[in-house]
Amino acid sequence: MSATAPAPPKTNRIGLPKADYEGGKSTLCLGCGHDVVTRQLVTAFWEMGIEPRRVVKLSGIGCSSKTPAYFLNRAWGFNAVHGRMPSVATGAMLANSDLIGVGVSGDGDTASIGIGQFVHLVRRNIPLIYIVENNGVYGLTKGQFSATADVGSTLKGGTVNELLPIDLCGLAIELGCGFVARSFSGDMKQLQAILQAAIAHRGTAVLDVISPCVTFNDHEGSTKSYKYAKDHEEPLHDIGFVPFFEDTLAEIPPGEVREVPFPDGSVVRFHTVGREYDPTDKDVVLSTLHASRKAKEFLTGILYLEPEKPSFGRLLNTVDEPLHPLGEDRLRPSREALEAILESYR
Amino acid sequence: MPTTLAQPDARPAPVASGTRVNDFSLQVATANGSGSQTANNVLMRAIFQMGVPVSGKNLFPSNIQGLPTWFTIRANRDGYVARKRELDVLILMNPETAEEDARAAAPGTSVIYEKKLAVERFRDDLLLFPVPFSELVVKVTTKPEQAKLRKLIANMIYVGVASDLMGIDPAEVEKAIAKQLKGKPKAVELNVAAMRLGREYSGETFAEKIPCRVERMDATAGKVIIDGNAAAALGCLFGGATVCTWYPITPSSSLCESFIDFCADHRVDPATGKASVAIVQAEDEIAAIGMVIGAGWAGARAFTATSGPGISLMSEFIGLAYYTEVPAVVFDIQRVGPSTGLPTRTMQGDVVLCHYNSHGDAKHPVLFPSSPEECFQMAGEALDLAEELQAPVFVLSDLDLGMNNWMADPFTYPDRPFRRGKVLDAEGVERLKGVWGRYKDLDGDGIPWRTLPGTPHPLAAYFTRGSGHTEMAGYSEKPHDYVKNVDRLARKLETARRMVPGPVIDDRPGSPLGVLAFGTSHQGAVEARDRLAAVHGVSLDYMRLRALPLAPEARAWLERHERVFVVEQNRDAQLLTILRDECPDLATRFVSVRQYDGLPLDATTVVEGVLAGLGREAGTAPAAAADGGAR
Ligand SMILES: Cc1ncc(C[n+]2csc(CCOP(=O)(O)OP(=O)(O)O)c2C)c(N)n1
Ligand code: SF4
Ligand SMILES: [Mg+2]
Repeated sequence: MSATAPAPPKTNRIGLPKADYEGGKSTLCLGCGHDVVTRQLVTAFWEMGIEPRRVVKLSGIGCSSKTPAYFLNRAWGFNAVHGRMPSVATGAMLANSDLIGVGVSGDGDTASIGIGQFVHLVRRNIPLIYIVENNGVYGLTKGQFSATADVGSTLKGGTVNELLPIDLCGLAIELGCGFVARSFSGDMKQLQAILQAAIAHRGTAVLDVISPCVTFNDHEGSTKSYKYAKDHEEPLHDIGFVPFFEDTLAEIPPGEVREVPFPDGSVVRFHTVGREYDPTDKDVVLSTLHASRKAKEFLTGILYLEPEKPSFGRLLNTVDEPLHPLGEDRLRPSREALEAILESYR
Repeated sequence: MPTTLAQPDARPAPVASGTRVNDFSLQVATANGSGSQTANNVLMRAIFQMGVPVSGKNLFPSNIQGLPTWFTIRANRDGYVARKRELDVLILMNPETAEEDARAAAPGTSVIYEKKLAVERFRDDLLLFPVPFSELVVKVTTKPEQAKLRKLIANMIYVGVASDLMGIDPAEVEKAIAKQLKGKPKAVELNVAAMRLGREYSGETFAEKIPCRVERMDATAGKVIIDGNAAAALGCLFGGATVCTWYPITPSSSLCESFIDFCADHRVDPATGKASVAIVQAEDEIAAIGMVIGAGWAGARAFTATSGPGISLMSEFIGLAYYTEVPAVVFDIQRVGPSTGLPTRTMQGDVVLCHYNSHGDAKHPVLFPSSPEECFQMAGEALDLAEELQAPVFVLSDLDLGMNNWMADPFTYPDRPFRRGKVLDAEGVERLKGVWGRYKDLDGDGIPWRTLPGTPHPLAAYFTRGSGHTEMAGYSEKPHDYVKNVDRLARKLETARRMVPGPVIDDRPGSPLGVLAFGTSHQGAVEARDRLAAVHGVSLDYMRLRALPLAPEARAWLERHERVFVVEQNRDAQLLTILRDECPDLATRFVSVRQYDGLPLDATTVVEGVLAGLGREAGTAPAAAADGGAR
C-alpha cells in the first residue's frame, strides 16, 4: 500500500473536476481551429463553475457545428439543421429561461444559409452565446468559399474571391446586439476571457472567432490561415474578466483601464494597448470598425458591450420559470371560463 | 381573376316552384372591402336566432379592396350545412358581376338588386326585386360625417329588404346587429335605422315576396357560431399550449391571432402580470417550426399554424423532429395550391404533403377535424399525442372550416389531465441507470423515454442529432444501427394507429357500398348519402376518417365493403392514394369522388360522383370527377 494517496483532482467553485466538463472525442482534422475553441469552452464553463446540466449546446451543420459533441457531455446537445440553429435555440430558451445556451455555428452556417435566422436571433436578443467558428470556407463540404471570405483570398486551387465579405460583427452591432466580440483560436488567453464574459452576459453574445481550416484554407493566399491571422491580429485591448464570485478589488495593474460592470456583479476590465477604445460607445465602435475594414485590419477583442439590454423573454412578459412543469392549474382556464367564452359566441 | 363564380357553360335547372320553408341558399355579391361582412353575418345570425340551422361561406378574393366577393348563406331545416351549388336567392350589389351573376342564375331565382344595375335587361325568367339602395341610403346618412359611411350602410338596407321578403323576424335582426356591433351604440343605431328603412321600402313596394321563407324552429338552442380557427385556438388554450409561433398566411393567421387574444384574457396572472405562454411572430415558417422544435425539446407544449406554402418550407425541420423524436404540433389550414394557387379558396390538398412530410422515409399522424367542436377537441388531442409519441403531429383543417362561421355544438370541457408522455425525471434516471437509453425501446411500443434539459442527474443528458444515432444517442453510421432505429420509428407509427382519434361509422345494415369522407368533405358527403338513398335508392354506409395512420376499426370497415367512394377536395385523390398504400389488398375497391375548384364541397357533386361510379346516369360538373383509377 502506498503511503501517499493521489492528489484529489482540482475542482471548481461548485466542487466539480474539469473532467465533468469534457465531451466526446473530436473527429475533426488534427490541428483544426475548431478544436481550440472547444477546449476553451470546457475551461470557461469549468472556471465559471456553471452546472453542466443547466447548459444546452446547439448547432447547425458543418465541422464547427459538430463540436457541441466534444464538450460538456453532461449538458444537453442539439445538432439541428443547416443554418437554423437560431430558431431551435429561441424555442428552447423561451421554454426554459433557467438554461444557459451556447450555440456553435460556422461561417457557412451563419453567413449564408442561416443569415436570416442569425439576424432575427440577434434582433430578439435571445440569451445565447453564439459562436461562429469562422474559417472562410465550407469545411464539411470540402472547401468552397463562404460569405466571410475576404476579397482577394484564394482557394487551394487558386480561385480568387472577388465578393465583399459579410462582417458578422458589424452586422450584429447594427442589429443592436449587446455583446459583440471577435477573436482568434490562436489567441487562447483573449478567447478565454471573452468566453467567460459571454457566459456572464444575459442576452445574445456574438463571438466571431477566426478558426482556421487546416485542410482547406490554411495555405499561402488565404486570409483565414493561422499564419495570416497571427501576423495581422491587432487586439483592441487586453481583457480581464472578473466573475461575480471573485474579489473585484483585486489589484489593478497600472495603465489605462476601463471597467464595465455586468448586472450579476461580474466586471470586464479593458486595458488599453495602443489605441484608445471605448467598447460601450457605439459611435466609436462603428467608426473604428469602418476604418479597420478599409485598412484591412484584423481587430480582435470585445468590440461592443451593452450589458443591460432587456432579453426577449422579458419583452414577451413570459413567466420567469421554466414552462414545462406548468400544469392544468396554471394553464387550463376553468369550466366557467369556457362557458363564458362560448356564451360570447351565441 | 374571373369576375364571377358562375360556370361559363352551366345550365342550372329551374328553382323548385312553390313556397319553401327553411330550405334555401342565398348569395350576396359585393365588392371586397365594402363592409358587407357585418351585414352578411347579421343575416346569418338572425336566421340562427330563429332556431333554423344555418351556414355561411365567404367566397372572397385575394385582395383587400375592390375585387368581387360572394357570401352564401344556407338555411336548412334538416341541418345540412354544406355549400349548396344551387342558389335560390341572389343579392346583387356589385356592378362588376351583376350581369354575369344574373345570366348564370337558374330560372325562377329570386334576385334582390341595386335598381341602377337594371338586371331586368338580361333575364325575364327571374323573380326581380329592384331596390334603389344608393338613394335610400342617403336618407339615413344625412349628417355630413355619415356621407363616407354610405357604401357600408347600404349593406344593412339589403338585410332589411331580405328580412321582409323572406320572413325573418326584425327583432332578431336587431338583436343580431347589436351583437355584431357590440360596444358601438352609434353604429348600432345607424345600422338599425338602415335595416328598418329597407324593410319599410320592401313592405311598401313588393306585394309578392320571395318563395323561400324563414320560420321559427328550435334546432339551434345552446349552439354557438364560431370559426374553426378560433375553436382550434381555444383548444390550444385549454390544451395547455405554452409556446406558439407563427408567420402570417391566409387562411391560418386568425388561429394564432385568436390565440393571442384568448391568452391575453386567460393566461396572464393578475397578481404578477406575467403570462404562462410565449407567443412569437417568427421571421418565416422555417423559424416558426424551428422554435416549436426547440421549445418541444425543452419540454414546452408548442404549436405553430400555417398553410401549404409554410408546410413546404418546414419540411426539413419536420424530418428532423421525426428522426430526433421531438414533439411538435402543426396546424395546416389548407388552401388551394400548388404555389400561391388560389390563396383565399379552400382545398384538401396537403394530405400527402403532411402525412409523408420530409425527405427520406417518414410518416406522421395527421388529424382531420370536420367541425369547430373537433378543431377544439383535436387541438388538445394533438398536443397530447405529440408529447406521447414524441413526434410531429399535424392537424389538417382548411379555409372553409378555419375561416367561415359555423354553427356548432358547445365544446365539452376537457377535464382529462394533460398527457405529457414518457419523460424521466432525476429519480427515473436513477432508477433506470444502466438500462435507459434515449432511443431505446424499453416498452416495446416504439416510444422511447426522454429527459428534459436541466434535469438534475449526471446521467440525464443526451445528445440530439439529425444524423444517424444509436439507442444511446451516440453518433453512428452503422447500417444495422440505422435500420434498427427506423424500424423502431415504424413501430411507433403502429402504436400511433391505436392512439389517434378513431373513425366515426354510421352503417345501414346490409349495404355493400360505403362512402368515406374526412374533414370538410363530411358535410357534402352525408347530405349526398341521404339524397342518394331517398331519391336514387342507393344505400351507402358511412365512415368519417378522423386521422392517419388508419386506425384498425377503419381498416375493418374498409374490409367490410365491396366498394368505397372516397370523397375529397383535391385533384389527385390524395387520401385514396394513401388508403391504397395502407391497404394494397383492398386497392381495387376504392372509387374516387372529387371536387377541386376551390369552393367548399357541395352534395350534388358527391351524388353525381357516386352515380357515375355506379355507372348510372348523372350530370357531370366540370370540376367534379369520379373514377376508379384516380392518380
Ligand atoms: C440544407 C442543406 N444544404 C447543404 C448542406 C451541406 N452542407 C453541410 S455543411 C455545409 C457548410 C458548412 O460550412 P460552415 O458552416 O462554414 O462549417 P465548417 O465546416 O466550415 O466548420 C454545407 C453546405 C446541408 N447539410 N444542408
Ligand atoms: S475540414 Fe477544415 S473545418 Fe473541417 S475539421 Fe478539417 S480542418 Fe476543421
Ligand atoms: Mg466554415
